[in-house]
Parts: sequence; structure tokens; C-alpha cells
Amino acid sequence: MEYFLELFLGGLTRGSIYALIALGYTMVYGIIQLINFAHGEIYMIGAFTALIIASVLTKLGMGSFGVILIAFAAAIIYSSAYGFTVEKIAYKPLRNAPRLSALISAIGMSLFLQNYVLLAQTSDFLPFPSLIPEFEFVKPFSHIISSSEIVIIASTTIVMILLTLLIKLTKTGKAMRATAQDKDMAMLVGVDVNRVISTTFIIGSATAALGGILIASHVGQINFYIGFIAGIKAFVAAVLGGIGSVPGAVLGSLVLGWTESFFTGYVSSDYEDVFAFLFLVLILIFRPAGLLGRSTSEKV
Amino acid sequence: MAIYILVKKLVKLKEIKKSLMVSVWFMFLTFPIMVIRVNTVKDIIEWRWKNMALVGVGTFVFSFLWRYFLEKKEMGDHDDESDEKSKVGLLDRIRGDKKLLIPCLILLAVFTIAFPFVFSLYQTNIMATCLIYIVIALGLNIVIGLAGLLDLGYVAFYAVGAYCYALLNHHFGLGFWTVLPIGAGVAFLCGILLGFPVLRLRGDYLAIVTLGFGEIIRLVLENWNAFSFGPSGIANIPKPGFFGLSLSLRWSTIYVYFLMVGLALFTIFVVNRLKDSRIGRAWIALREDEIACQAMGVDKTKTKLTAFALGATWAGMGGVVFAAKTTFINPASFTIWESIIILCIVVLGGMGSIAGVITGAFILILLPEYLRAFSEYRMLIFGVVLVTMMVFKPEGIISNVRRTYQFKKVKE
Repeated sequence: MEYFLELFLGGLTRGSIYALIALGYTMVYGIIQLINFAHGEIYMIGAFTALIIASVLTKLGMGSFGVILIAFAAAIIYSSAYGFTVEKIAYKPLRNAPRLSALISAIGMSLFLQNYVLLAQTSDFLPFPSLIPEFEFVKPFSHIISSSEIVIIASTTIVMILLTLLIKLTKTGKAMRATAQDKDMAMLVGVDVNRVISTTFIIGSATAALGGILIASHVGQINFYIGFIAGIKAFVAAVLGGIGSVPGAVLGSLVLGWTESFFTGYVSSDYEDVFAFLFLVLILIFRPAGLLGRSTSEKV
Repeated sequence: MAIYILVKKLVKLKEIKKSLMVSVWFMFLTFPIMVIRVNTVKDIIEWRWKNMALVGVGTFVFSFLWRYFLEKKEMGDHDDESDEKSKVGLLDRIRGDKKLLIPCLILLAVFTIAFPFVFSLYQTNIMATCLIYIVIALGLNIVIGLAGLLDLGYVAFYAVGAYCYALLNHHFGLGFWTVLPIGAGVAFLCGILLGFPVLRLRGDYLAIVTLGFGEIIRLVLENWNAFSFGPSGIANIPKPGFFGLSLSLRWSTIYVYFLMVGLALFTIFVVNRLKDSRIGRAWIALREDEIACQAMGVDKTKTKLTAFALGATWAGMGGVVFAAKTTFINPASFTIWESIIILCIVVLGGMGSIAGVITGAFILILLPEYLRAFSEYRMLIFGVVLVTMMVFKPEGIISNVRRTYQFKKVKE
């Protein structure tokens, strides 16, 4: 039972991280119907920025609380800036081009960002400092859950609630929903579509950065390649839940996190990634619209 | 002329201000990653301010070029119609004129035949590799260029072909020529097996599923030690046989080279014929408008499936030759990046155009070989190529000539 609980919580943590990344995918897809391949790279850049800033500040002799605060802020700001720039360079000129072009451009951007970090930094795994402190009250349960896992689950929940409120209640959220439904019509009623798209990229990148720091500090090491697999898996999660839907992304991520966790815990850990991909193929075959998505038929 | 316009634009103060903003933005953007390098093991921090200056100057210049080309592209959309005639490329002129075409073909043939005897063994080897890429890129061209299906797991079929030869040879001692059709056939079957469930999906889902499939194949090859010998791969795969003669290294390389020339010619011939066939036209129609195409009575699933399976067949054949040429394979040769390199070749050269794909392969495979100094920047440049090609010239270097009917005025 204890082993089950451990796997359950491990899966929940995993799922929470996937959810933070999947949100960016799902929001961008909802608005411009593009799989933002570079999203995983944005997450990786967030983790790298946090690591660099934290190391510099620690070296300069700043206290640990200040380091954590500034590292988080820097990572989020930089990731958002990267997300914004990527959209301006690689996607905006292609907004009216065939979807295949935008997709290839996205792949190119992903390839570029990965190699940019590889060349400017290093190809080795870098140890990542544990930015999350050990809480006193977790001590008695430390064999099943760590404090970083608690922080991950809590922050994902908070981000999720804030995001739902943003989309449901604010004016920006309304503009986003309008753009997602019909870009031209939204433009006609005075929505600044370009700004809405930029905002979406910025929000998605910021949540990805948060996910990046949390997972890096949980796992304890990063390299330039972490974004790729995480990005693909988060995409699987987004598709599983029904791409374009925010609650769907969260549900899909949790389902994926649990299945992966139980699979590796009870069956075998060699085929963990195979399993995730197989899962994706099966979902797309049997339920292409995802768990919470609506299937829409194309009309002429 | 173009330079003159560029210079005239440069003078404008507004433009300079704009570029300055871009430059500052990028200096800010690249600051943590380009300037600071931390070594967390030794606890050293390296400051590289030089990089910041480079980024600043570089983006300043590039932002001018970027805006200039973007503007030119937008203007080009309008006056494209008028100078369609003058834009007919050198290649089309050669193709159209019999007097030019025949000498050119002869020259090309002589060069191809003389190549391994004039140049060194190393060059011949590289050229053979390049020809393998041409063959598989032409296969991918069927899938992406003609049928418009983005297949990111293409390398899986390449792996299927390569492992087919390696394993059949290892266990049953089958020779190259026996396995070549078997490998192609197995890849074809794999194409159908994978294609059947996933081809109902829309374009971008298809890309992800094929990517997932490619990774599944690679991970299985890596982990299933009993079947594929795991990450250590399979060594001592025999080179292709020539009627049972044992060839020296030099001659076997030359033999592989000519084998590839033959295979490439065969591929070009088949793809060219396919393009104009009934099924080829169905692919192109399906790429342009799926719904209209179905309304015209084209069987969507069957047509897509043929494209997928035929593309896979060529990857399978390429894989068999690859295994025979390198005599050693392991799963590391079949990562997703290999798929992306092949995709790059097709995109750079021009989707759907045979001459374009060949040019793309020459540029992307030969250039990195000769520019060894820049080899670490190879993937970075590939990324840039994909983005810039899509933004500025989505039809590629040598764009596909669309079949059109022209009404000519009859002179009286």
C-alpha cells in the first residue's frame, strides 16, 4: 500500500509538471492551431536561466531566500521574452501560410534553440541546486513524499486556478476566447489579435519556465536536451486531454503522470518513453478529440 | 540594384532606431545564456562580454536584412505575375531546349562515371553517402512534397531497412541482393501497418504520431537486447557482393558508389513517373484540398496510404544500403534528428521538386563535410535554414513547376 501511495504521489508530481508545460501547448494551439514545437525548449531555457542566475547570485554572497526569488523571477521573465520573440520571428510571418509551413518553422526553431544552448553553454549534465527548502512538517512522511513534490503540486494547483480565472473572468481572457473561436471576427469587433497571441505565448512560456525550475530542482540536474522529451510528453498530455482545453490539459497530464508512474513501478522502467508514445498513438486512434475535447468536423 | 535599395533604406533614421531596438532586445535576451557560463562542479563563473557585443552587432545587421527581405517578399506577391516569363530558371531553360539538354546530360554522365577515378576514396565515400540521402529524401518527398503529409518518424523505416539486412545476415547469412527487396518489402509493410491507423489524423497530429513511432522503434531497438543487440549495435555486416568476388576496400567503395548511382537513377525515374501518374495527381490534389478531392471521388485513405508506404519503401532500401556501406549499425544512427536532416533536405531544396531535393541533399550533406571547422554549428544552421526557408521562400531553392495549361494566341 505504501509503495502504491509513493507511486501515486510520484505520478501526481510528474503529472503536475507535465501540466505546467502542457498548458502552453494547449493555449497556443487553441488560438493559432499550431503545435509550438519550440515550447519544450522554452522550458529548458527557463531552467538554464534559473541555474545561471542562482549560481551567480550565490557566488556574490546573496542569502538563499533572495536567490530563490530572483532566480524564479529571472527564469519566468526570460522564458516569456523568448516565447514572445520566437512567435515574432518564426510564426507571425507565417500566420496565413499553410499549416505545414508553420509546423516546419516550429521544428526549425526548436532545433535552433537546442543547439544555441548547447553551443553557448555545455553538452554535459549540470547539477542543479535544490532551490526548494526542506520543510519541517514533511519530515515524518519523507519516505513517501518530499517537500519539493509538495511545492510542485501546490504551485501547479495555484497556477491552474489563476489561469482559469484569467481566462474566465478578465478582459484579456475574453479576448483570448474570442480569438480562439474566430480570428477574423474577433478582429472585426476590435480585438487586437496580435497582442492576444503575444500574451498567450508569454503566459504559456511563463508557466513552462515555472515547470522547468521546479522539475530541475526536483531532479537535480539539467542539460540542453531536457526540453525535447518533456515537450513531447506534455504534448501527449495535452492531446490526451483534448488539445485547446485548459482543464483537459491538466486532466491529461495527471492521467499520463499516473500511468507512467505505475507502469515504471510495477512493470518495467526500460520502456517508459515507449509507453508514453504508445499511449499517444492509441489515444489518437480511438479518441482523436481527447478526453475533454469536442470532435469538430471540418466544414466547407 | 538590390544593394542600392538596401543602402537607401539604411539611411533612414527610423529604420536605424528600429534596428537599434532589436539589437538591444537581443542583447538582453541572450545575456544569461551567451554571456555567463557557470561551472557548478568547480564553482567558476565565466563572463564572456565579447559575445554580447557580437550579438548586438549581428542582430543590428540582421534586422535590416530581415525587414528588407520580408518587405520584398510582400511586394513580390504582386508583381510575380508580370515577370513570370523572365523568371524561368536556368534549369527549365536547359530542360526545355533539346540542344542544351543532351550535352548537359552527357557531361553529367561523364562526370558521374569519372568521379571515383578522379577523386580520392574519401570523396567517393562521401558522395555515396550523399547519394543515399538523395534516395531517401526523394522517398520522403513523395510523402511530404507530393502528398503533403508531414512524417517526422521517417527514419524509423530507414532503421527497419538497416536492421533487416543486419539481422537477416547475422542469423541466416542472407546476402545484400536478397535482402534489398526484402528490406524494401518489410519497410513497405511497416508503412502500411503504421499508416492504416494514423492517416485518418489531421496534418499536425500525424507529425507527432509519426515522431512518436520513430522514437518507439529506436527505443525498442535500444532496449530489446535479445533481438537487436541493444545500444552496442551490430558490427561486421558484409559489404554488397559482386557475383561472389571479394573486392578490395577501394573497389568495394567504388562499387557501392555505382550501386548508389544506379539506385538514385532508378528512384528519380520512378518518382518522376509517379508524379505524373493518376495516383501522383491524386496526391497533389489531396495536398491542396482534402474535401474537394474527396468530393471528386478520390479514395482518401487509400491514396494517403500508398504515399506513406511508397515513401517507406525507399527509406527501407536506403537503410539496407546504409547498413552494407558502413558495415556497422546501432540505434544511435536513427534518432529523430536524422529525420529532421532529411526533412531539411526536402524543405531547402523545394518540396515536390526532384531537382530541388537533389540540390538540397548536395548542399546539406556535402557542405558540412567540407566545412569541418563549422561542423558543431551544423544543427544550429539547419534550424536557421528551416525557419528562414519557411518565412522567405517556402517553395525551396528550386521550386516545383506546377502543371499548367497555357492558352497561346495563334498568330495569323
